[in-house]
Amino acid sequence: MTTNVSGLDVARIREDFPVLHQMVNGKPLVYLDNAATTQKPQVVIDALVNYYTLDNSNVHRGVHTLSQRATEDFDMGRSKARQFLNAASDQEIIFVKGTTDGINLVAQSYARPNLGEGDDIIISTMEHHSNIIPWQVLCQEKGAHLLVIPINDAGELLIDEYEKMLTPRTKLVAITHVSNVLGTVNPIDQIVEIAHNRGVPVMVDGAQAVPHMAVDVQKLDCDFYVFSGHKIYGPTGIGVLYGKAELLEAMPPYQLGSEMIKSVTFEHTIYNDLPFKFEPGTPHIAGVIGMGAAIDYLNAIGLDRIDAYEHDLLEYGMECLSGIGGVQLIGTAPRKSSVISFVMDCAHPHDIGTILDTEGVAVRTGHHCAQPLMQRFGVPATARASLSFYNTKDEIDLLVKAIDRVIEVFS
Amino acid sequence: MPNLPDVPLQGLYGDLILDHYRNPRHRTPVSHADVEAEEFNPFCGDRVILQFRLDGQGRIVEAGAQSEGCSIIQASASMLADIALGKSVAELERLSQLFRTMMRGEPSTGEAEDELGDLHSLQVVRQFPVRIKCALLPWTALEIGIEGFRSKNS
Repeated sequence: MTTNVSGLDVARIREDFPVLHQMVNGKPLVYLDNAATTQKPQVVIDALVNYYTLDNSNVHRGVHTLSQRATEDFDMGRSKARQFLNAASDQEIIFVKGTTDGINLVAQSYARPNLGEGDDIIISTMEHHSNIIPWQVLCQEKGAHLLVIPINDAGELLIDEYEKMLTPRTKLVAITHVSNVLGTVNPIDQIVEIAHNRGVPVMVDGAQAVPHMAVDVQKLDCDFYVFSGHKIYGPTGIGVLYGKAELLEAMPPYQLGSEMIKSVTFEHTIYNDLPFKFEPGTPHIAGVIGMGAAIDYLNAIGLDRIDAYEHDLLEYGMECLSGIGGVQLIGTAPRKSSVISFVMDCAHPHDIGTILDTEGVAVRTGHHCAQPLMQRFGVPATARASLSFYNTKDEIDLLVKAIDRVIEVFS
Repeated sequence: MPNLPDVPLQGLYGDLILDHYRNPRHRTPVSHADVEAEEFNPFCGDRVILQFRLDGQGRIVEAGAQSEGCSIIQASASMLADIALGKSVAELERLSQLFRTMMRGEPSTGEAEDELGDLHSLQVVRQFPVRIKCALLPWTALEIGIEGFRSKNS
């Protein structure tokens, strides 16, 4: 059954995701909370089960067979992540707990030693709290300034304003690739070019971008890029920090312990090479292997086809929702990934969420860890339907029907 | 509009709850409040400010409840402010315990239900575990306010 522009066989794809085939409150589950976390295909679940069932062992330590197998799969996970981002080498791929952990690593190991009193760090209005607070606290501590790029009512960055913010005091630009609330796809290549013209490095929060589009860090030329495994159909607790080798080499370790050392005496420690310098302790081996399986799965479908399919779905969803009286869409940038945030005149987002849930429709409601963005739009919270390639237009229709139910209850 | 026969919603959005949500009581801030507190739910951004002014006999003569958030928190705050009038701080504390007992789903007596008045309608929220915190937020604020009041006057 091939019924869409991208040629994706979505009915077939849905078979790969066991969680989707269940009833919730007596209705078939319509899972539209993919920006919070994505569901896992059977191949990812199998990779985790196989590792724990057959290969469980520590990596880079034992000479025995199980350790060799685990190490091989773990190292392959790094290569898959490197290819996924098109990084120049495996040593530029640092495994972290997730996007938040990666941003904190950059804040503590890169920014902290480079930031002085009166310096600036630039972020944007549409950042997730995890790309605000590490910089805010660091700036407060150092007597530096946190500058915020404004956005327009559609939810696009004002690039002219950004350009004016850059000065010789700017030490870093930390910016999201795709907004988790608005879906806006930011012009990272342009942002990087402008920053690099002034000699300023750029860190990109890619958590909401990598599930939807092919990312090439060499083409973007960004200095750091961070994402989470669980948003690309992999396990929770694992993510990637990409950093340009020369920057990572110059940075002090973030946390200290085993695995990140070459030799230790009570007087002195020599740190290990990249990437191990930033990976103390036993890593999340199963997570890396599971994320590798997720990357294989995405590659097999093709991110370009995913992008095309989701875009078609997004357009349909935006059109359907904008046609409902009393519904206001938040985030209407022309370049946008498959996230639909909305508010309703008659009901608070939490009430929307509860009523949708009784119809089997799972959406996220609340401030989405982006309170300053909520303030920018003058709303306390939004309801957010975030779409994946396993969602269908039929499911959008069910969302619309569930929204009608909200209106019924509250009008 | 009368409540629809909705089995899945279990009457969550019943007439009384929606009435308090649409017409919240005691929204006006109280000047010179004796008991006051502001409380947040950091996960959803909900907020409530409770204020009470007492007379010479220690009875609540003026109540204020400003809440931001969903229908449940607004209804709970409105009902709380409404029922507080004429009560002493100790009586309000007892009511708070009754309310929490009800929200925990523990058995309560007919008298307790009478005492809770409109608040009794919120027991339906128990069917929606993630929303219980919405109903409780004003009561958490109340308890913080009473604690502050006591330490100020001890």
